[in-house]
This record gives sequence, C-alpha cells and structure tokens, in this order.
Amino acid sequence: MTSEQKGWKEIPIAGVCWRPATDYLTGDWRTFKPVRDKEKCNKCLKCFVFCPDGAITWNSETEDIAFNYDYCKGCGICANECRPQEAIEMVLE
Amino acid sequence: MAITKQNLRALNGDEAVAYAVKQSDVDVVSAYPITPQTIIVERFSEYVHNGEVDTEFVCVESEHSALSMCLAASATGVRVFTASASAGLALMHEILYVTSGARAPVVMAIANRALSGPINIHCDHSDSMVERDAGWIQIYVENSQEAYDSIIQAFRIAEHNDLLLPTMVMLDAFFLSHTLESVNVLPDETVRKFVGTRKIPLIRGHRGKLVPFKLDPENPITMGPLDLYDYYFEHKRQQEEAMQRAPRIIKEVHDEYARISGREYGNGLVEPYRLEDAEIAAVCLGSTAGTTKTVVDQLRSKGIKAGLLRLRTYRPYPVKDIINTLENVKAIAVMDRSHSFGAHGGPVFHEIRHVLYDASIHPHVVDYIYGLGGRDMPQSLIHEIYKDLQKILETKRVEKPVQFIGVRE
Amino acid sequence: MASKWKFTIKDFAEKPEIFMSGHRACAGCGPAIAYRQVLKAARGPIIATNATGCMEVVSTIYPYTAWGIPWIHTAFENVAANAAGIETALKALKKKGQLKYDHVDVIAFAGDGGTYDIGIQALSGAAERGHDFLYVLYDNEAYMNTGIQRSGGTPHGAWTTTSPAGRVIPGKVEYKKPIGAIMVAHDIPFVATASIAYWLDLVRKARRGLEAEGPAFLHALAPCPRGWRYDTSKTVEIARLAVETCVFPLWEAVDGEYALSAPSKVIALKPERKKPVKDYLKVQGRFRHLFVPEFEHVIGEIQQIIDRRWKRLLKKCGMT
Repeated sequence: MTSEQKGWKEIPIAGVCWRPATDYLTGDWRTFKPVRDKEKCNKCLKCFVFCPDGAITWNSETEDIAFNYDYCKGCGICANECRPQEAIEMVLE
Repeated sequence: MAITKQNLRALNGDEAVAYAVKQSDVDVVSAYPITPQTIIVERFSEYVHNGEVDTEFVCVESEHSALSMCLAASATGVRVFTASASAGLALMHEILYVTSGARAPVVMAIANRALSGPINIHCDHSDSMVERDAGWIQIYVENSQEAYDSIIQAFRIAEHNDLLLPTMVMLDAFFLSHTLESVNVLPDETVRKFVGTRKIPLIRGHRGKLVPFKLDPENPITMGPLDLYDYYFEHKRQQEEAMQRAPRIIKEVHDEYARISGREYGNGLVEPYRLEDAEIAAVCLGSTAGTTKTVVDQLRSKGIKAGLLRLRTYRPYPVKDIINTLENVKAIAVMDRSHSFGAHGGPVFHEIRHVLYDASIHPHVVDYIYGLGGRDMPQSLIHEIYKDLQKILETKRVEKPVQFIGVRE
Repeated sequence: MASKWKFTIKDFAEKPEIFMSGHRACAGCGPAIAYRQVLKAARGPIIATNATGCMEVVSTIYPYTAWGIPWIHTAFENVAANAAGIETALKALKKKGQLKYDHVDVIAFAGDGGTYDIGIQALSGAAERGHDFLYVLYDNEAYMNTGIQRSGGTPHGAWTTTSPAGRVIPGKVEYKKPIGAIMVAHDIPFVATASIAYWLDLVRKARRGLEAEGPAFLHALAPCPRGWRYDTSKTVEIARLAVETCVFPLWEAVDGEYALSAPSKVIALKPERKKPVKDYLKVQGRFRHLFVPEFEHVIGEIQQIIDRRWKRLLKKCGMT
C-alpha cells in the first residue's frame, strides 16, 4: 500500500508529489460497511453530498449511485443522513 | 565581445539595488520596509508609481508575509524580488527554509544590520550569518557597484535550471546602503538580455508525466507536502546536491557578466588581493574589504608582504578557492562582523579554520570580532591586526586566538 | 445575495472530484466534507493554497496527493500571504499576455488554527490590500492536527487538551472570537458563515465568494468526531444542530450589508423553533463535564452568550 522507497536521485525535486491519493485505498480502515436497500432509496444524493471521502458516486448512465468500497471508511454519515428513507444500514464487515 | 558602454550615476547601495531590480524585468516585488533597506522599497515604489516598470509591487504587512508572497508567486512561475535586514530577515527565518526546500528562485537583497536587542540599526553581519544554514546562495558585496552587478547576476544564478536555489545578496548597512557612490549602470536592453526570461524546468507530477514546475491549472502539481521520516532526508540531500553545482554556475554567470560590463570580482567566489606572495593576510566580507585593501597597499609600500582575501560567495562555501589562495600564507587574521556567543570565535573564523584543517600547510589563524552594531572599523585598527600578524609570524606563537577589537574595555 | 448560479445535485455528482478519495482524513471528518462541498462551486481553473493543519496533512502525505488542481502549502500562519502571492503572480502573467485563462480563481484554505490566531495577521493584511481570492475557514474549533488544543475559535466551556475539564476550571474560559464580524469590519466584498449540513447554502456561498471581486471570506463550521467526542456518523447532524440552536447562525454580508440565510431566517421569524443550547451540548463529549451540578452554570453562560450574539446578529440583519 505504501510506496516502495525510492532514492534521492529518482524522486522529483522540491518535494513535488508523484502519486495520486487514489492509489491509497482507505477502504481497509473500516469496521462497518454501508449497505443500501435499493427499494427504499429515492436517489436524493444526500449521501453523496455528505460523504467525507467521495466514496459515493453517481453514474449518469445507469442513473444510480454506487458505493466505492475501495475508499469508504465506514463513518456512517450516509446512513445517519439518509432520512426519511433510511435506506442505508451500517453492517459489521 | 566589446565591453558595453555604460552610464555613470550617483547612487547609494540601496538605490543601486533598486535600479538593478528595475532593469531586471521582475514581475512581483513584495516587501516590508526596515532600516536600512527602506530606500530600496521607496525608490522602487517611485518607479512603479511613475510607470517606469511593469512590476506588481505589493506593500505587505510583515516580512514573513513578504517572503511568503514571493515564494507563492515564484511557484506560480514569475520572477520575484524582495529585500530586508536584521529583524525583518529574522522574522522571515521559517520561510527561508521553506523557500529553499521549494527550490524557488527568489532573489533578496539584505542590508546587513545588527540583530536586536538592544535594538540597533547599524551594520553588522549577524542577521545573514545566522541564516547560512537555510539553503540559500549567499553573496556579500564590497561596494554599491558590486551591489548593482550582483543583483543582476543573482536572477541568473537562482533561476539556472541546474540550481534553482534562492539567492541573497548582502550589502553593509549605511556604509553601503546609504553612502553615495558613482556606479556604472548598463543600458536597460543589455540587462534585459542578460537576465532573459525565466525558463521553467519540467518535473514529474502525480499524473505520471513531465509537466512544467509551476502552479498551472493546465498541469496541476502539488507543492509543499508532508514529508514523514521516509523521505525528508532524501529531499534535503537533493538540496545539497544543488549547492554542490552552485560554484560552477556562480562563476559562469560572473564571467559572462564580466565580459559585458568589464568588471570582475575575483573569480566570483573569492577575491584575493595581493595574496600571491603574501605571508600575512586578513579574511573578511563586505565593505571592510575596501578599507583593508588600502591598509594592504600601505603595508606593501613598506615592503611588508601583506594580503587580503575577500569572500564574496559565502554559501556555497568556496572551499577549494580558499585553500588555493591561502595555502602559502603563514598567519591569517579573520575579521568577523558577527559573533556566535560562547563559540570560541565568530562564524567566518570557524569556517576558515575548518577548511584549512585539510590543507597541506597549517597557517596560524586568529579571529577578530569587530564592528558590531555599526562600530566603525578604521584603518588604524586594521593596521593593529596586521601588526599582530607580524608578531605571530616572528614568534610563531599565538597568544590570543580570539579577540574583540574596537570595543571599549 | 448568494450567487445566482443555478445547479442541481446531479450536476454536482457529474463533476470530477477535485479533492480525490484516498485522502487520510479520519472517518467522519467534517472539514473533508467542507472541502468537497466548497470545490463543487468551482467555475473554472483554480489554484489552491492551504495552511498547515489537518486537511493539509491528510491530503498530501508524500508522495501521495489528493489534489486534482495546482496546490501549494508553505507554512502555518501565511496562507493568506500565499494566496496574495499567487493572485499577484497571475496578475503579472495576465499583463504580459502569458496567462492562457481569462481568470483563475485563487482559494486559500485554513483551519481555525491558521486563521483565528497565528494566521490573522496575514489574513488582515491580504484583506486590507484587496487581493481577489476566496478564503475558506474550516472551523473545527481547536488545533485538531496537533492533538485538540484550544484555539481562538474554541467555544466557551469546551474541553480541549490545553483547556481541559478540570476539577477547578471546567474547560475553556474564554469565548469564541467573532472572526466573521472581524472580517466584515475589514470592509471586504463578501463574508459568510456556512454549515456543512446546509450544503446548498454553503455551495452557493462558496460560488458567491469566488465571484466576488476582491477578498471573500467563508466561515464553514466543520465538526470533528475526534476532537468534539461524538460518533463518526453524527458529523452532519451536529453541524445542523449548531444552526438550529443558533450556536452557529448562518448569514452573509455583501459589501458589509448583513442578511440572514434561510436556515437561520426561519428561526428568526419563528422563535419557537430555536432549540436550547443544551440539545447541542449534550451530544458532544467535549461538553459532557458541564452536565454536573457543580458546572451546570456554564451551560447557562453558554446560552447567554449565544442569545446575546444572536440578538446582535438579528439587529445587524434588520430583524429585531
């Protein structure tokens, strides 16, 4: 997960970053995982707007949301804010 | 190439710096006034308000912000300049390190003034000496002419793509900053051609490809991350590597400028004066060198083999040049216009001794702390120093390795 | 008036994430939500700068970066000077015809640490000079990155590690510095408060701040589960309670003219909707020590200061 350690001759100068954060999968931090009941979900996208990690995305082709479990840290905000639908449940992984 | 025709102007050190900045096509100047650098910013703001330059001039609310603004502006890809002294430079301290770490080619003029307290507005080198570890190129000038020349060279040095290190040019408070001299200035076009435009190198960013090393929405990069213990050391090693390349680059720029202007300052790193067959010599920086050259001439006329080594470039420390020029001198007096309390002498003394340790011959090296807080260093006192050196030469003994000279007991 | 820019939540969802996933903020981090929401207001090219703090650290642990836009961090107290430097450089480039964009937005992000206290000088200077940038203050009410020490933005009575809930002194003695009012006093084009719970209001204000010509200041309340001591899932709920209890009213000041924002306006018009401060305090561990007979009076003090500031705000908004 962490980068292999390069020498000073190989890395860019001035501390400029050379890997995107998306390479670092924070999904393995979580204990609980959000699970959505598709029947109850009305696609209001509140969960998307309140996710600290951008781990909920909207697919305009399928017109549906998707949870990106690579990054979801299991904070539970999406489940807490999904009102009144209560379509998301935090499940122990 | 023929030497360019130049104009003679009556300028003090500060004005000479401001004039050099005016001609160097600088994009952003952000500065805060502090005696004795005030004339630089005042004169420059006159240029701006009279429409003589295109520079964005920002009067910031502190020196810390002055350098921060310069750093961020430089990171955005433009040429920047600022100036300070003493407490102002001290206030910038944190950002000096960040600037060199960010490899931003900021150029800064420092009118060497004593650090407080008590507060003193006059000349000594304590403000810039304490910053010698900050990773900046450091150049000390002897007179206003050299101040003018060195500022112009500084832009080329700092921006050189093999270097990319911020550069500070030091001129003595009041002795140089406020004293009128006749200064030869190059025509605007010559300077503009010499400094050229800033060429941004390429760097590998987080998208995996080589992009210009600047903040640009077209090719985003991240500057100034958090380094943990796994990479900080490597980044600092890179900075040292750049410093190792600096002597060659400083010399190249100096020589190119000398061809255009007809003026050289030693080899750009050190300026030996009558050292070829000298038996006794002084080492110093800044305007005191001018006075000491007169003393050397007087001694020489009496047949005494005296000489002087002026250090122009202080960082990177010109190790080889010092050994080459001083190797055959038998007794050396270092003149320190700053002090390191409790350190058995001042910084220049430490570094000269350190460099000569590896030389094949070991001359006697003694230290004179002088001129703190603007205390005048007249020829008479410099003569005393050379007299001491002669005694050391005769007796082959050093009684006092470190002394304060010019202070009332 | 907040921006006239029209958008739907689905427009947002289709925008690429400027602040990438994979950043190392804590689970349930309020500031991370604030960043994502603010950056949804982007209208064109942006250059961002950050003060040292939680978000700077979590988003750029070398060699990783979560930033899809050009970004620079230099030190703790100078983000406003950084923004000023970038803005000035862009001006210089534009003058020379070397800027390929018509306009580039400059955003300075800082926590309450880098704003209320150590950063206020640079902020005040940049505001006085009128640089065109948006300053986003993500307020988690303590120096969270260094381990939850009190700041000028920490509220009265709150536990922090440097204002602990002791046997003699129960939490922070001083009150929250009114940074918003300070910025309005600088006479800048746009100042606003926002809460991550009211995302529409926040995004509109962020956009308005970007559109403002000159300095704009957005004060966003962003709760921190670690420092405020509550379950990670409650971040948005607490940010909502803060507004509902008038602990953190939402307002904006355009050219110095105050106006309440909808979520707070509703309470001003229907005072019975104003929830007691106790509702807000009891869900946070950092106030738990006040719920004993010995220190209960502090809750009263908190209610008093909240009410006093709320009344003062209503007056400024012409709604007594």
